[in-house]
Amino acid sequence: MTSTITVEHLWKVFGPKPERVVGTELAALPRAELRARTGCLAAVKDVSFAVEAGEVFVVMGLSGSGKSTLVRCLTRLIEPTSGEIGIDGEPVREMNPRRLRELRRHRVAMVFQHFGLLPHRSVLDNVAYGLEIQGVGRAERHRRAGEMLALVGLDGHEQQYPEQLSGGMQQRVGLARALAIDPAVLLFDEPFSALDPLIRRDMQAEVRRLHAEVGKTLLFITHDLAEALTLGDRIAVLRDGELVQVGTPEDLVGDPADDYVADFVRDVPRSDVLTLKWIMRDPAPGETVEDQPLPAATVIRDAIPRVLGAKLPIPVVDGDRRVGVVDADQLLPALIGHHRQVPV
Amino acid sequence: MRLRTAASAALILTLTACGGATSGAGETAPSAGAKGTVNLAVNPWVGYESNAAVVGYLLEKKLGYKVDKKELKEEVSWQGFETGEVDVILENWGHADLKKTYIEQKKVAVEVGKTGNKGLIGWYVPQWMADQYPDITDYKNLNKYASLFKTSESKGKGQLLDGDPSYVTNDVALVNTLKLDYTVVFSGSEAAIIKAAQQATAQKKPLLFYFYEPQWLFAKEKYARITLPPYTAGCDADPKKVACDYPIDELDKIASKKFADANSTAYQLIKNFQWTNDDQNLVSDYLTNQGMSADQAAEKWVNEHESTWKPWIPAGS
Amino acid sequence: MTATMTRPVLRAGAPRWGRVLPVLLVVAAVVGYLVFRTDAAADSEDAAAFRFFTQVRDWVDANRDTSPVFLYGVNYVRLGVRLLVDAVRSGLSGLGFAGLVAAVTALAAVLAGWRTALVALGGFLAFGFLGLWTESVDTLVLTVSAVLLAVLIGVPIGVLAARVGWVGAALRPVLDVMQIMPTFAYLAPMTLLFLIGEPAAVIATLIYAVPATIRITELGIREVPVTTVEAATALGSTGRQLLTKVRLPLARPTIVLAVNQTIMMALSMVVITALINAPGLGQNIVQALERVNVGAAFDAGLAIVVMAVVLDRITAGAARRRAGRWGRGRWAAAAAALVAVVVVALLPIGEDLPRVSFAAPVNDLTGWIELHWYDATEWLKNAVSAGLLDPLETVLTTTPWWLFVLVVAAFGALVGGWRTAGIAGLAAAGIAGLGLWQHAMQTLATVLVTIVLTMAIGVLLGIWSARHDWFAAGLRPVLDAAQTMPSFVYLLPAVALFGASRFTAVVAGFVYAFPPVVRLVDRGLRDVPATVVEAATAAGSTSWQLLWKVQLPMARGGLLLAANQGIVMVLAMVVLGGLVGAGALGYDVVAGFSQREDFGKGLAAGFAIVLLGILLDRLTQGFHHAKGPR
Ligand SMILES: Nc1ncnc2c1ncn2[C@@H]1O[C@H](COP(=O)(O)OP(=O)(O)O)[C@@H](O)[C@H]1O
Ligand SMILES: [Mg+2]
Repeated sequence: MTSTITVEHLWKVFGPKPERVVGTELAALPRAELRARTGCLAAVKDVSFAVEAGEVFVVMGLSGSGKSTLVRCLTRLIEPTSGEIGIDGEPVREMNPRRLRELRRHRVAMVFQHFGLLPHRSVLDNVAYGLEIQGVGRAERHRRAGEMLALVGLDGHEQQYPEQLSGGMQQRVGLARALAIDPAVLLFDEPFSALDPLIRRDMQAEVRRLHAEVGKTLLFITHDLAEALTLGDRIAVLRDGELVQVGTPEDLVGDPADDYVADFVRDVPRSDVLTLKWIMRDPAPGETVEDQPLPAATVIRDAIPRVLGAKLPIPVVDGDRRVGVVDADQLLPALIGHHRQVPV
Repeated sequence: MRLRTAASAALILTLTACGGATSGAGETAPSAGAKGTVNLAVNPWVGYESNAAVVGYLLEKKLGYKVDKKELKEEVSWQGFETGEVDVILENWGHADLKKTYIEQKKVAVEVGKTGNKGLIGWYVPQWMADQYPDITDYKNLNKYASLFKTSESKGKGQLLDGDPSYVTNDVALVNTLKLDYTVVFSGSEAAIIKAAQQATAQKKPLLFYFYEPQWLFAKEKYARITLPPYTAGCDADPKKVACDYPIDELDKIASKKFADANSTAYQLIKNFQWTNDDQNLVSDYLTNQGMSADQAAEKWVNEHESTWKPWIPAGS
Repeated sequence: MTATMTRPVLRAGAPRWGRVLPVLLVVAAVVGYLVFRTDAAADSEDAAAFRFFTQVRDWVDANRDTSPVFLYGVNYVRLGVRLLVDAVRSGLSGLGFAGLVAAVTALAAVLAGWRTALVALGGFLAFGFLGLWTESVDTLVLTVSAVLLAVLIGVPIGVLAARVGWVGAALRPVLDVMQIMPTFAYLAPMTLLFLIGEPAAVIATLIYAVPATIRITELGIREVPVTTVEAATALGSTGRQLLTKVRLPLARPTIVLAVNQTIMMALSMVVITALINAPGLGQNIVQALERVNVGAAFDAGLAIVVMAVVLDRITAGAARRRAGRWGRGRWAAAAAALVAVVVVALLPIGEDLPRVSFAAPVNDLTGWIELHWYDATEWLKNAVSAGLLDPLETVLTTTPWWLFVLVVAAFGALVGGWRTAGIAGLAAAGIAGLGLWQHAMQTLATVLVTIVLTMAIGVLLGIWSARHDWFAAGLRPVLDAAQTMPSFVYLLPAVALFGASRFTAVVAGFVYAFPPVVRLVDRGLRDVPATVVEAATAAGSTSWQLLWKVQLPMARGGLLLAANQGIVMVLAMVVLGGLVGAGALGYDVVAGFSQREDFGKGLAAGFAIVLLGILLDRLTQGFHHAKGPR
C-alpha cells in the first residue's frame, strides 16, 4: 500500500530564474552563498519523506527553515521548483487546475497560523465556506458546519463574527472549517504559535482528541519541540531548507543526527521521552536479576520507582525476548546528564 | 424629465439602427414646440443682464414661457447654439469671426437684428486726471504719464486695466503697435473695473482702464475717454496688429437656427426687442445700485415704460 | 565578506558628497545664470504649438458631424452621459422637495445612523432656507452622475490594477498626471470633444475624480491579508470565488472610502464646470465672482460645504459599518424608511421656506474691511509683489530655457536619481517647446512664492496645533471648512481685498493649500513616538531643543509630503488666479476658452501647466523618496 503523502527530492527556490539552481553545482552551495552568488533563496532543498495513513507527522525547525514553504508546496499553494509530490499515490504536480481544486476541496485541508478567517462572515458561514464554494446547498452546509462547531466545542457561537472571539476560539473555527470538508489529510502550519501557552496546551489536547476520534492523517508544522514531542508519531527536522533527521521523538532525543538537532533537544528531560531501550545494558555473564521484567518501551521516568526500589538489576524485555538489563547506574546519567552522549 | 429620458433612449435606439450620432443628438430643443423653455445666454456684464432681465420678464409674464438663464462667456454661448443649450444671445458685440463660424459655416445660428444699443469700447481715466493733466486724453502723451499708472502688476510700466479675459478687446495689440509703455492687466470682471474706477474717482488715484458704453456708471460719474488713432473701416482686420480706435458697434441679437425656424411668439418678441442706451442704463442702475433682483428691476421698468415694450409683444398673443 | 567590508567606507563617504553636491550645484546655477542671462523677451503670439492646436480644433469643428470618430465614438459617449444625467435628474427631482429631503435623511439613517440622519435633514433643509434648492439639486445631480460613472469605471480598473502587475504599473504614471493636472486645464479639451453642457461637465468631473476611485480601490484590494486569501485558496476557491467572496468583501470598507473621496473631489470639480455651462451652485459662484459679490458667493459656498459634509458623513458612516451585519432589524428599518419616504414625497410640501441669507452681513463686513484695511492690504500686496514675486520672476524669466532644463535635471538627479532627472528635465524642455516660456516662468514664480509662504505659515500653525490641544481643537473646524470649500470660492474674498493681482492668487492659493500642510505637520509631530520624546526630555532637552532636534527631524516625511501636496494644490489655484488678474498661464487658459482666436494658445497653456505640475511633483516626490524615512 502506498503512503498517504510522499515527497521526493522536493525543491523550492525563490528568486530570479530558480530553475538554474537545481541539478547544477549551485545546488550544493549553502543558503547564504547561493544567495550572494545568484540572488536566489533555496527555501526547501531536496526534501524527501513519506507520511503513512493515520499518522501524525510533525515538521520542526527554526523560523525561516522552510517549514511553511514545504507544507504549502504539498497542495501547490506555492509552486515547487522541482521534485515529486504524491497524495494517495496521485502525482500532485501533474494535476491540472481543476483536479488541483478537487484535491483542495475534498481531500486536503489546512489550518493556518494566523487563522485566515473571513471577517465579514459569521462563524457558521466561515466554517461553511469550503462547502459553499463546492456548491453545497445552504441548509446542508449549515447543518454540517454546525456539527463541526460542536465537535470543536464552539456550539452557541454560530452567529458571532470572528473579531468577537478570542484567539483560541478563532483557531477552533479554523479547525472546524478544515474538518467541515471531511478531508483525508489535515495540514497544520504552526496553528498554535500565536496563542497563549495555556490555550496552546488545550488546543494540543484538542488535536490529539480529534485525531483519536476522526482518524485523519495529520501533517503538523511547529517550531516548538515540546509540541512536536507531544503530538508527533514521527518528527522531521528541517534546517535551512534541508531535512536533517526524520524519526520518532525518542530517535531524536536519544540519537540526534547532528549538533543542530542535539541543540534542539538539549533541554528536553530525557527521562520523559526516552525508553529503557536507550539505557539498558547487556547483562554481565551469570548476573542475577529480578524476576519481574520491564518492557523495553517503558518511559524511563515511569521505571524509576521500580529500578530504585529493586536490589538487583531488572531485566528488560521486548515481547518475550530479553534484550538487556537496567539498574540505578544506568538511570542516573539519564536523569541528570543532559549533555552527555547517551550510550546506545 | 421622464419623457425626456424616454425620448433620449428612443433616440439612442434609432441612432444605433441607422448608425452614427451627430453632435446635437440628444439635445432636444424645448422651445421648438409651443410654449416651452427659452434658454437665454447671459454674458458677464450688467448691460447684458438688463436686456436679459426685461426680455426674460416679458417672456415669462406676458407670453407664458419658462426662461432658463445661463451664465456664460461670449464664446461659450455661441458654442451653445451647436449643442442646443442656448437659444438666444441678447447683446452681441461684433464677433465677426464667431458669426462666420457659427452662422455661415456651421449654420446653427442666425442674426435677429439690432438691439438699438450703440456699443462703444474705449480707454478712460477719471475726470480729475483729465482736469489735472489736460493732455493725458491723447494717446500720444500716455507714455509721459506711464509712471503714474504703475502698480504691483504692471512690471515697471503703466497699467491698463482690462476686464474679463473673454471680452472683446484689442488692447494687448494696441499697446504693442502704438508702442505704449504699458502692461495690460485683466481684472477678471466688469465689477472689478467698476470698483477700481469708483475708487480712483473717490480717492483721486490714477487709473487707466478699458470700458464701454452703454454703461450706467457714466451716468453717475464723469470719466474722460482717451483718443486713439481714428477708426477706419477694416483697420481692425488683423486682431494682432490693430492700431486704431474701436468702432461704434450696433449691438445685435443672435438666435439658434432651430429656435428661429420654429418662429414661436418668443422668437418674435426677441426679434422685436429694441431699446436705447438710456433704457438699458436705467435697468442696470436698478440692478447694480438699488439692490434689485432681475425680476424686480424688470418689473419696475416694465411698469413705467409700457409704450416702449408694447410694440414688442407679437400680434395675436 | 568583501561586500560587507566595503559598505562602511561607502557610508562614510556619502554624507560628505551629499553635503557638497547641492552647494556646488547652486553655485553652478548662479554662475550659469549670471553668464548666460537673457532678456525676458515676450512669448510669441503664434508659436508652432498654438497653430497645431488651432488646427486640431478646426479639424474637430469641421468633422464633428461627419468623422466616424465622432459619429460612432465621442458623440455616443456624450449621448450616453446625457442619458444618465437625465435619468438621475428625473430620479432626484421626481421625489420633490419633501421627498428628496426625506430620502436623503432615510438613507443616512439606514447607512450611517440617526446622528448622521439629523445632519442630513438639517443640511438639505438648509438648501431650501438659503433659497438655493434648485441649484443644489442640479449640483447633486451632476455629482451623483459623475460619481456613478467613476465607481462603475474606477472600481473594476482598481481591482485589475491590484491583481495584474503590468496594469497597475502602466496606470501609475497616468494617474499621477491626472491627479496633478489642474482642474482648469481640462475644460478646453473637454469642450472641444464634448461641447459645452452637462455631459462635458460630468466627463470633466469624472476625469478629475476617477484617479481617487482607482487608487483607493487598488489599495483596498492589495491590503486584503494574504493569509486570508491563502486560506480560501487552500479550500479550493476559484479565482472568481476569491474575488467575489474574499477580496471584494474584505476591501469593502476601503472601497466605500474610495467612493467617499470620489464624491468630495467630484463636488469641487462640478462647481468649476459652471464655466462650461453646467447648472447648479457653480453658476451662482461664477456670477458672484463676476460681480465681486462676496456675500452671494458665501451663500452658495455654504450650500456646497453643507452638501459636502452631508455626503461625507453618510459615506464615511457607511464605510465604518460592516456589511453582512444586516440583522432583521436593519432590514425592517430600511423598509419602514422607504415607506416613510414615499409618504412624505406625496405630501404637498414645497421648497419655499423662509429665506435665510448671509449675503448682506458678509458684504457689509467685506465693505468695512475694504474701507478700513485698504492701506494695510495695499502695503502687504506691494511688499510681497516687489519683495518676492518680482525678483523671482525676473530671475526665472531671464534664465535661458536650456539652463533651466539643466538645473532642473541636475537637481532631479540629486534628489531622486536619473529617472527623476529625466522626467523633470523633459517636462521643462516640453514647456519651452510649447512656446510659453515667459508665462510658464511667471506662473512658476507665483507658485514658488505661494508655496514658501504656505509652508512657512502652515508649519508654524502645525507646530502650534501639535503642541496645544486647545489650538488644534479650535483650528479643526476652520480646516474642515477650508478643505470642503471648492477652490473657486477662495478667489472672491481675495479679489475683494487685493484687487486684480498676482497677490490675490497667492492669497487664494495659500488659503486653499494650507489646511493639508497644517494637518500633515500636526500629524507628523504627534506621530513621533512618545518613548522618543520621553527619552529626549529625560536627557534634559528644552522644549525648543525637543522640537528642533527630535520632533521636526523625525516628522520630516510628513513635512515633505506636505510640501508635495501643497505644491500641486497651489499650482491649481494660481492657475485659477488667471480669472482675476494673476495673468500668465492661467490667463492664457481662460482666454483660450473664451476667445476663439486664442484657443491654440490656451490649450498649449493647459499642457504647460500639466508639465509644470509634473516637474514640481517629481522634484518634491524624488526628495521624499530619496531622503524620507524608510
Ligand atoms: N515568497 C517568497 N519569496 C522569497 N523568499 C521567501 C518567500 N517565502 C518565504 N521565503 C523565504 O524562504 C525562507 C523559508 O521561509 P518559510 O518557509 O516561511 O520558513 P518558516 O515557515 O520555517 O519560518 C525564509 O528565508 C523566507 O524569507
Ligand atoms: Mg512559517
